[in-house]
Amino acid sequence: MTSAGPPNAAASSAGEPLLPVIETTPGHDLLRGVWRENPVLVQLLGLCPALAVTNTVANSLAMGLATFFVLLGSSVLVSSLKRLIPAEVRIAAYILIIATFVTIADMVLAALVPATHKALGAFIALIVVNCMILGRQEAFASKRPVGRAILDAVGTGVGFLIAMVMMGSIRELLGNGSWLGVPVFGQSFEPWIIMILPPGGFFTLGFILLGFGWWEGRKQKRRPGRRPWPHSVVERPEGRVA
Amino acid sequence: MTDANPGATRPQVASWRLISTLAVAGALAGLAIVFVHQWSEPRIQAHRAAALREAIQEVLGGPTSYRTLWVADGRLTDVLPAGADSTEIDRVYVGDDASGAALGFAIEGERPGYQDVVGLIFGFDAGRGEVIGMKVLESKETPGLGDKIEKDSTFLAAFRGVGTPLLGVKPGAGRGEPGEVDMITGATISSRTVIDIINERLEVLLPLIEAYAAAPTDGDGP
Repeated sequence: MTSAGPPNAAASSAGEPLLPVIETTPGHDLLRGVWRENPVLVQLLGLCPALAVTNTVANSLAMGLATFFVLLGSSVLVSSLKRLIPAEVRIAAYILIIATFVTIADMVLAALVPATHKALGAFIALIVVNCMILGRQEAFASKRPVGRAILDAVGTGVGFLIAMVMMGSIRELLGNGSWLGVPVFGQSFEPWIIMILPPGGFFTLGFILLGFGWWEGRKQKRRPGRRPWPHSVVERPEGRVA
Repeated sequence: MTDANPGATRPQVASWRLISTLAVAGALAGLAIVFVHQWSEPRIQAHRAAALREAIQEVLGGPTSYRTLWVADGRLTDVLPAGADSTEIDRVYVGDDASGAALGFAIEGERPGYQDVVGLIFGFDAGRGEVIGMKVLESKETPGLGDKIEKDSTFLAAFRGVGTPLLGVKPGAGRGEPGEVDMITGATISSRTVIDIINERLEVLLPLIEAYAAAPTDGDGP
């Protein structure tokens, strides 16, 4: 630890906010996380569950919905309590709030859908350390009114759910020949077992990101004035600067 | 938007306020969890009991009713010993048909498999010394390979009416001996785990079961 200080020390002493608050429209808050800044496919957050539990569509859905619930609940609470939580203990307080919602989600899943709860195993408890959730609290919910925090959580949660179901569909179709447990290809299909094993998660995510990059690159070529991909989450969207 | 800049200089917040904020938040979180726990716990227990009931039905070939026998002082007893914790003490289940005759004993067991612990329950006919059925309750074995111990119908059928102790053999390599079970190609370790669990549990419990079958203790046995 020989460096003079944290990398943002200069910005702090100059009075420049660490994460600038960008004035955005409610529609932008809602839609941002769904596709253009999708937490998994663009920001590459929450990859642990996206790789680990997407071997079937049912597991992906359950994980996506549980994460959605935790994200929404935490964002509402963090946004409502932002003036009561001193900045010094804010991360501890956010983690406490997130962990409470995760524990509730864990118990509710065990009580209502025991088979899915068993299939998801330890990954439900690990939602606590999903950086997508803590990231939204620190970067958004702790600075914005409750309504905007709800919009942001819904958008990001739906984006996560879309990415999970996308991966789950590809892996279950190829690895098991079925979608949500319903056989699709018939008896003659020989399942690609590797797709439901851990390497299949990496292959699927890799090919999805490759497809995303290629698609964005093509759009970029057609409309040169457009923002390049990937967008940074803290970058100021042009024309929307406060 | 006053909190927009947590890194900037600002007045020191008193320690008691930091501690009390976290203490209050912790207490409220605990309270919320207690409420949800009170709602969910009976449901979770009911699911567990239903899963066990279903498994016993399956491995004993549909008994009319079943009773729990506790392992205490080197014998099986109908009555939970005084002061014993019912979640800790070893047990077997005995299934009866409509006339009250014992169909067999259902025994749970577990052991590390290829990925993680494999837990199963099997039915045992003490009169004929045969395993009458097996069901895997808990397994994280490799999908497509090791998880065949739960799904492969040929492998599961091999446990219906097989003599003990069990002997795992390669498919087609058996010599027609009574305890032979064909192992699954590509899932040797998982298959052997299942066989080892059953042999291990029977080694411990067989003398107790035989003694109980000869002279049922404490009450309403056959």
